[in-house]
This record gives sequence, structure tokens and C-alpha cells, in this order.
Amino acid sequence: MATDSPVIAPARPGPPLWLLLELTYRCPLHCAFCYNPTDFANTTAELATEDWFRVLREARALGAVQLGLSGGEPLSRDDLELIVGEAHGLGFYTNLITSGVGLTEARLGALKKAGLDHIQLSFQDSTRQMNDFLSSTRTFELKSAVAALIKQYDYPMVLNVVLHRLNIDHVEEILDMALRLGADYVELANTQYYGWAWHNREQLLPSREQVEGAERTMKRFRERVGRQMQIYFVVPDYFERRPKACMNGLGSIFLTITPDGTALPCHAARMLPGLEFPNVRNASIEQVWYEAESFNHFRGDAWMKEPCRSCPEKTRDFGGCRCQAFLLTGDAANADPVCDLSPHHHLVTEAVARADRAAAAAAAGAVGAEPGADGVGRAAAGEKPLVFRSPRNSSTLHPTRDGN
Amino acid sequence: MSQIIIDAASRPAVERGFRLQWEAAQNAFVLLYPEGMIQLNGSAGEILKRCDGTATIAGITADLERAFATSGLSGDVIHFVTMAVEKKWLQILP
Repeated sequence: MATDSPVIAPARPGPPLWLLLELTYRCPLHCAFCYNPTDFANTTAELATEDWFRVLREARALGAVQLGLSGGEPLSRDDLELIVGEAHGLGFYTNLITSGVGLTEARLGALKKAGLDHIQLSFQDSTRQMNDFLSSTRTFELKSAVAALIKQYDYPMVLNVVLHRLNIDHVEEILDMALRLGADYVELANTQYYGWAWHNREQLLPSREQVEGAERTMKRFRERVGRQMQIYFVVPDYFERRPKACMNGLGSIFLTITPDGTALPCHAARMLPGLEFPNVRNASIEQVWYEAESFNHFRGDAWMKEPCRSCPEKTRDFGGCRCQAFLLTGDAANADPVCDLSPHHHLVTEAVARADRAAAAAAAGAVGAEPGADGVGRAAAGEKPLVFRSPRNSSTLHPTRDGN
Repeated sequence: MSQIIIDAASRPAVERGFRLQWEAAQNAFVLLYPEGMIQLNGSAGEILKRCDGTATIAGITADLERAFATSGLSGDVIHFVTMAVEKKWLQILP
């Protein structure tokens, strides 16, 4: 064994500290940048309340402690309060990740009573027009009302705004809005290109100039407001030269359960070919986490190819994101092409170059995707339109054999 | 922005939205907060679990010195509390 090639021992992993329950794929929004799989409409029945309770008990017994309740829109489940109550009783720290649609005062009161610790509210943009266009709904005013309700119930106010080409130039307005709403934390989350966002990548990826401009604006704002509002901004993958330590390595701390009970080592992993992910309907969380071949596969570094295998940085970034490697190169065991040591890095730089050209064309007066009167994206000649997340579009993209 | 003064009379409490909890699986106190967790070392855990919003730093220090049969912890406690306030783990109650 080469001495410059440290081996990550495939020791028994620690517990799944972070549990994410995607309670449902139902969602009142239709965001074009959603990371949910585009074939979600083919998902069979959702787990029942009792199934979720068992998942919570078994995961907690292993040491899971941070709980994300997400979806789809988790408020679409009318047993959300029961699930929060069970989780709180078990000692989880409970995070609700919501669009706010359906968060009435009655439900918020019940969630508070059940022990909900935290609410992360998503906003699509600072303006009603762009918010409604990007989520393909009319929800901006409703969200503002929900933000006020969250304050009223004494929760820290955490806003999450997903950034991409169509709204990244509004970072100043977005942060102003967050300040007006009394946000304690603002997460400027650059779009990650999985699911619907991957399908729409050519329309959503910002130019380098846009990303750098947004970061400058954010830093100025941060200096101006100080501690009053904390702002998080992570440079998006495509503009980096080294990959992120995605999930701290698959199967190391993070466990997702999808609406139908499929257990995944990250919320996008279902796309990875050749892996059979277990289902909690017929496996315990202990079996899922410690025994399933699909969870063990990407632990350690036996799966790695060059240049990762002999790279001293593999202990830091674990080769980056398996899903991104698969989507861009067709092989999940390749280095994440975000890394400039990857022979596929040009796939990333070329995508950014196309985004730069699109931005230059837009600045020169060509029409990009803009909201039309009917809320459908208008595309410039030769451009694909944005495809919004919806059951109908899901079925169109992934027709089943019986034609649904 | 007014500078927060931290001295022996200050009453620290875990910040709103944060929760201190013993985790047997990690054999440690952890500080839980929105979408995050800090695993605390032994002394950080011992200080934080005494920050209940009623005890003063002087009281916390005396209690720690009693519990661990030692003395002269005052500087360490103030140093840690100051750091924890800067990180927003703790707030100083009026």
C-alpha cells in the first residue's frame, strides 16, 4: 500500500445522528428547483402514522437526535402534530421544514404544544411576482402572514431562500424582506441540481458574475446588520474547485426515509443505479443502517476510483457527492466532477460557461424566462421552458406501463 | 450595538431555540439547535448544564469548584461563557 494513500477504515459506523423524514410528496407548491425525484408521482402509498412512530423509536434508540420533518409539504399530513409529539417525547430536536402553506394558527398552536422546536420557512424570492412564478402558485402574502405567526409563537425565525439564475440578482431585496419580517437567520441556499432542479439546470444555473455579485451584496449586508440577523451563504458547488464532504460521507450520520418507507443515505440517493435500498416496512432501522448492502456500499473507500483513491484529500471530502458524480458522468463511483482533479471537471465548467453566455445574452436584450400572465415561463427562442414540479409533469416525464 | 458585559453577577441561560441534552449514544452532553448539534467536552457540558438563567457566574463557579474539589475556576468560566455568548449558545438574562 502506498504510504501517501491513507485508507478510510470501513469500521462500524456511528449512529444515524440526523434523521430526515420526508412524510409526503404531496405539496401545494410546484417549485422548478425542487430536489424531489421527478418520478415522485409513481410512489406508492405513504407510511401510516404507526409506521412513522416505529421509525422514530428505532432511530432514537440507535442515537438519532436531530429530526427533520420535510416532504413535499409536511403540513399536507394531518397527523403531523402526532408525529411531532411522539418525536418530542422520545427526545428528538424537531425541525419542521415547510413552505408555510397550511400553517394556520390552530395548527401552529398544536405543533407548539406537541413540542416542535424549530420551523424553517421557505421563500422563493422577495417579490410576490417572482415568488409566485417560481413556485407556480400565489403564496407570497400567505407566507408573510405565516412569518408573523412564527414570531408570535416565539420561534426563532429561520428563512430559507433557494437561489438560482432567476432570483440571485435580488439578494439585497431578499435580505431586506427578511429583516422586515424579523428573521433571526437567513439561509441563502444555492440550488443543488438534483430532481426537478437537475431537469431545469440549464435555466436555473446562475453565471459566475451573478454568484460573485450575490456574495458581495450578502457580505455588505452582513456588515450592516451585525448580529441582529445571521446570514448563511454557501458558494454553490459548480463554482468551486473542490467538492463538499457530501453528507459527511454516505452512511456516516445521515438517514432519510421517503414517503413510501424507502431508507436512503441521502435524500437524492434513490437515483443511484445498482443499489437496492431497504424499506422500513420490512426492515428495522438497525438492519437498514448497519446491515443493508446499499448503506455499506459507499462507506470506507473501497468503492473509490482514481483520482480519489490515491488522493490525500479523500479523508476530507470523501470524493464529494455520489449523486452529482452519477448525474454528470454516469458513474456514481467517479470523483465528483466539481473537483478540478476529476477528468470530468470540464462538464461543470462548460455548464457554467453556458450560464455565463445566457447571462450575457440576457444583458444584451434577449428575453430569458420571465413570468407570463398565466404564470408559465416564457422561454427565449431555442430554450427549453422551465418544468414545474407537479404530479402531472411527473407522470409525463415518467409514464408507467399502464399509461398513467 | 451595546457591548454585553459578562462578569461574576451575570446570569447566563441557554439561548432561545437551543437545548442542552445528555446523549448516551455519544456519551456526552450535546447542544441542539435549529438543524445542528454541538457535542460538548466534559467541562463545557458541566458549565452549560448549570446555566439555568437563575444562577450567577459566581454561583456556577462555586458549584463547580465544590463538585470537582478544586478552586480558581472563575477565569475559565467567564472565558467559556463569553465565548458561548459570542457563538449565541448562551444569552445573558437581565
